[in-house]
Amino acid sequence: MQKMTNSALAEALNSLLGERIVTSEELYDTLVVEVSSADAFSVIETLKLDPKLSFNFLTLIGGVHYPENPGRELCVVYHLHSWKNAIRLRIKAYLPAENPSIQSLTSLYETANWMERETFDFFGIKFENHPNLTRILNMDDMDYHPMLKEHPLEDGTREDKDDRFFGR
Amino acid sequence: MGKIEDLEVINGEGYQLTTLDKAVALARANSVWPLPFATSCCGIEFMATMGSMYDLSRFGMERMSFTPRQSDLLIVAGTISKKLGPVLQKVYEQMAEPKWVLSVGACASSGGIFDTYSVLQGIDRIIPVDVYVPGCPPRPEQIIDGVMNIHRLVKHEPMRRRYSEEYRHLLSEYKIEVTNAENDK
Repeated sequence: MQKMTNSALAEALNSLLGERIVTSEELYDTLVVEVSSADAFSVIETLKLDPKLSFNFLTLIGGVHYPENPGRELCVVYHLHSWKNAIRLRIKAYLPAENPSIQSLTSLYETANWMERETFDFFGIKFENHPNLTRILNMDDMDYHPMLKEHPLEDGTREDKDDRFFGR
Repeated sequence: MGKIEDLEVINGEGYQLTTLDKAVALARANSVWPLPFATSCCGIEFMATMGSMYDLSRFGMERMSFTPRQSDLLIVAGTISKKLGPVLQKVYEQMAEPKWVLSVGACASSGGIFDTYSVLQGIDRIIPVDVYVPGCPPRPEQIIDGVMNIHRLVKHEPMRRRYSEEYRHLLSEYKIEVTNAENDK
């Protein structure tokens, strides 16, 4: 099967989705498109079901926190892979910090289940219609989402890090 | 065993006397069954310690016991995340008395370089530790030194220690119940 180029993919996306793509750029040899958070599910569904593009594999779901962007503090990043065309695509959807929620992909890709739980665990992004949106990596009794930048990385209870010894 | 000279003995014509607790302690010290709870690079060093080059079996530790119910020494080697903490505590609780704990490496002893929200900052926050081995990771020689220190503790532990009020108090600080002490009294 012929490997699809990024420009061919961008063209195909334009004709398939048109106005639904907010921005589109090429970063590190991968096409990155931004879609609105309300539209993300149906865009990915379209890309998966389209017989020509056939993005059949969800490689990754991740979160990013941009506290400096009001109204667009949180970002969900989807990495899609089309085995048929041997090409990858990154899709970004931005969410506000207050009540960030987005449609779950679990009905499209089974693998989204744990990835969305992880993204919820670390960023507090709620995935609607997820069958079991609970913490996956952190302690169940943790009361915050640690990858949000307002939380310190270091463990607050540590006693042996004396500034006299560590030169801080 | 071959270490009978460590004991105070009275030699007579055809007999040898010593105190029972010292004889028991000697037997215990030379047949400590370890349970390796190895999670990361310290675990690799511990595997080297178990192997033919360093050969832990020289010290009566021939057999690694991968069930807590049959082991005497819990060797915690590696980073313990907060999520793993309750598991480690449960493993410790399931071990029969008398039991000892060897904390191998910086992570198990203090969290090491992982000063972060997800890592337990030292296993002594959830279980009592007898000997700490420093290093990141420690060399097998250091682990053997830690084991020798455990042996020293075992040899000099009074037989009634595990039934004592102080021991009960120590475990209560970790919210661990002394399970078999009352029945064995």
